Amino acid sequence: MLQEESDLSLIIAHIVQKLKGSNLYAQLERQAWTSLQRPEIKLESLKEDIKEFFKISGWEKKLQNAVYSELSVFPLPSHPAAPPEHLKEPLVYMRKAQGSWEKRILKSLNSMCTELSIPLARKRPVGEQKELLNKWNEMGTDEPDLSLFRPVYAPKDFLEVLINLRNPNYENGDSLSFRTHLGLIQVPLKVKDIPELKEFFVELSLNTGQLGIDDSTQVPPELFENEHVRIGQKVLEEQDSAAAQQYIRQGSPTALRAELWTLILNISGQSEDILYYEQLKANVIQHDLLVDSLIYKDVKLTASNDDYYFVFEDYLYQVLLCFSRDTSVLGHFAYNSASPPKSYIRGKLGLEEYAVFYPPNGVIPFHGFSMYVAPLCFLYHEPSKLYQIFREMYVRFFFRLHSISSHPSGIVSLCLLFETLLQTYLPQLFYHLREIGAQPLRISFKWMVRAFSGYLATDQLLLLWDRILGYNSLEILAVLAAAVFAFRAVNLMEVTSLAAAEAVLADLSTLKVMPLLQIFLFATVT
Amino acid sequence: MAGKVKWVTDIEKSVLINNFEKRGWIQVTENEDWNFYWMSVQTIRNVFSVETGYRLSDDQIVNHFPNHYELTRKDLMVKNIKRYRKELEKEGSPLAEKDENGKYLYLDFVPVTYMLPADYNLFVEEFRKSPSSTWIMKPCGKAQGKGIFLINKLSQIKKWSRDSKTSSFVSQSSKEAYVISLYINNPLLIGGRKFDLRLYVLVSTYRPLRCYMYKLGFCRFCTVKYTPSTSELDNMFVHLTNVAIQKHGDDYNHIHGGKWTVSNLRLYLESTRGKEVTSKLFDEIHWIIVQSLKAVAPVMNNDKHCFECYGYDIIIDDRLKPWLIEVNASPSLTSSTANDRILKYNLINDTLNIAVPNGEIPDCKWNKSPPKEVLGNYEILYDEELAQGDGADRELRSRPGQSLGPKGSRSRDSGRTVLTTWK
Repeated sequence: MLQEESDLSLIIAHIVQKLKGSNLYAQLERQAWTSLQRPEIKLESLKEDIKEFFKISGWEKKLQNAVYSELSVFPLPSHPAAPPEHLKEPLVYMRKAQGSWEKRILKSLNSMCTELSIPLARKRPVGEQKELLNKWNEMGTDEPDLSLFRPVYAPKDFLEVLINLRNPNYENGDSLSFRTHLGLIQVPLKVKDIPELKEFFVELSLNTGQLGIDDSTQVPPELFENEHVRIGQKVLEEQDSAAAQQYIRQGSPTALRAELWTLILNISGQSEDILYYEQLKANVIQHDLLVDSLIYKDVKLTASNDDYYFVFEDYLYQVLLCFSRDTSVLGHFAYNSASPPKSYIRGKLGLEEYAVFYPPNGVIPFHGFSMYVAPLCFLYHEPSKLYQIFREMYVRFFFRLHSISSHPSGIVSLCLLFETLLQTYLPQLFYHLREIGAQPLRISFKWMVRAFSGYLATDQLLLLWDRILGYNSLEILAVLAAAVFAFRAVNLMEVTSLAAAEAVLADLSTLKVMPLLQIFLFATVT
Repeated sequence: MAGKVKWVTDIEKSVLINNFEKRGWIQVTENEDWNFYWMSVQTIRNVFSVETGYRLSDDQIVNHFPNHYELTRKDLMVKNIKRYRKELEKEGSPLAEKDENGKYLYLDFVPVTYMLPADYNLFVEEFRKSPSSTWIMKPCGKAQGKGIFLINKLSQIKKWSRDSKTSSFVSQSSKEAYVISLYINNPLLIGGRKFDLRLYVLVSTYRPLRCYMYKLGFCRFCTVKYTPSTSELDNMFVHLTNVAIQKHGDDYNHIHGGKWTVSNLRLYLESTRGKEVTSKLFDEIHWIIVQSLKAVAPVMNNDKHCFECYGYDIIIDDRLKPWLIEVNASPSLTSSTANDRILKYNLINDTLNIAVPNGEIPDCKWNKSPPKEVLGNYEILYDEELAQGDGADRELRSRPGQSLGPKGSRSRDSGRTVLTTWK
């Protein structure tokens, strides 16, 4: 009891400290000062009156949303004496693995840099700055020579690292038995099984209405859809983040989605944010970074060729180039097992005073990175809004898909969850695929790393990402991956090679996500 | 004796031929006895021309109406629509209602257009009213964006003014006739690029009007960012969405071909603009297609041997108002991407299922009412018989934007499965 109380006060203290530095705090303070003019605020009951005023004017709601946002994003300190590395990642071996992976990436980046004799960063000459400013809205037509650039790494490189992860404290000396894990991931992390998943995803069950199932043309809208839309509008009116997050577990109506995500991610869209984006844009104009070329190459290789996203190519540059320069992103490294790579001013290698984070936001893009942004272009067409939504999605969710950690939503846990689900509920399929040299994770890894972007039809993808936001977890990606295998199990049982298995699973664009998830979780015999 | 359908075509496209072959039909030449002839527009001219006196027998079907050009030639289409509007106005129909500026409320879906050289003086009068406007010149009889250019000064079309003075009788061949339309310089842009919509509409009979809309239309994007700037008026890559033009652009991509499905468009518009305005837009698009068909129905030769699959080109402006640009009698069957090939193959497949029931030797006397199951990706757009059966006053009540009855955008499995909210 005492422990709980002290935990709670620790949490409160932490959140207060976080919010004190925020814009919202300054606004609340301003509001409180101006409210003194109001007749209902009396000196004798100042505190209560101001609180009442906040409640009525909607400011309390905003504060509530901010607190909720902090609770959702920031992991709670487990023990007051825990050092900051524990917040990033409690397990030492994971931290070590992440550290050496980062060293490899940075080495690769530096060697590309030296090979091509391109500086990591340089200031643009004035003429070039002007040109870029003119072309800001159509950077896609630029044809720089990118042939010598290669992506720093691709998902399959990362997979190899994960496959080799081992916990030094865990020695499974037993001989092979039915309990042996057949998959590629060989670390003992706790993952949910189907009964636990059923409880976690209870709103997806068969007797709850879902968008993505119960809004199809055969179902009359009076049964579910109309009411759901009405509730959604009410949630937006109330501007309550927590309610929105609960609501969206059943899917978001297309017309309300943009606003709902904004509310859940607690994006305010204030003029300060627009100014901040403009500042980032100015940074892009003034300095050229090596990672810019990597971003260009990535967009040209992925989104430009995509049936759904090619239209938004130019927005992707506008978002990603600014993202690389956004130092506020460095904040998320407090709870990310990764650390931002450091680089040194020329000639001052090793001297800490001359160390800078490179790129400024500490995130080195890999092959397929731009696909995190692409689906958002269907919802937001104002660049600074699009930018803020993407940034928040990244620091809440996407970063976990390419850093090594023990977090339940981290990619390692997702892979393990996927493999465990498959082995437990489709053992024959798993065994068969393993025998023919087609380990299922080799196929599904790329889907999960990209959160299925570019593999599913956009409307289905958005329904999936609704649930990611609703449950504040990426575990649904692993469940969907397993559900896809279950769906195509019959064909997969007949293939005899990895290439054939890849072919069966090459095209996911016709899949309907919600029925697959519902059947796998709630309608399969366990 | 159920023989196999004998087919002929003078359009050598795989999407056609594969469809014929998969039905087990037999290829013959035009001089032999044939049942089904997929003609080019040149051939249809010969078949139905007065000189050849060609008579089609009951078991022969062709894929064009004899005078389809009433709809598919740019100048005749405009003429017919203008005539239709005037007729409605004369009979006091509420459809012909105008607003305070004299613009039709429900029938203003074609940009202001004049024929050149015939209407040259009328055009000049209109041009002088708004001298900063841009106009688009299109040759009447050409396709694929050929010969189209933009003007913003009278001097650029001097040629047509000189000619109109010299000849009292239009001595040029119809090939040199042009239409000039007010250019829609505020198109809806997505990703900063202009696009247009290509929708397929199948007409099996004009009187009574029965037409179907193909659900899988697509958007064609320009490869270059749109700018209304006068310095780029000559850049066809900015302004003309025809694939025939865009595919020569530097940025043309062969994987997606610059095409989006209509369902993508719908998702984007619903997400960024809201459901009501999107549904209203699509309702309006269906409305203008039906009105254009009704406009030409009285002058069409409703030959019972004919059906036709039109390619409708529609542009949406930034106020979400759709404009009918033109109707193509012979929409391209060339496939620019893999998805394209699949789409066009299925389009022909569904078209044949409706036009040639059961894939058997046709009898042109049949009632042209296929059962629901064969529609495939087509939906009934308008069925005059059904509409009349439900009472003529329905027509007056329904206008674009007002929804009554089942939702317009999806076809429900109610008895009627009409695409639109109105009839």
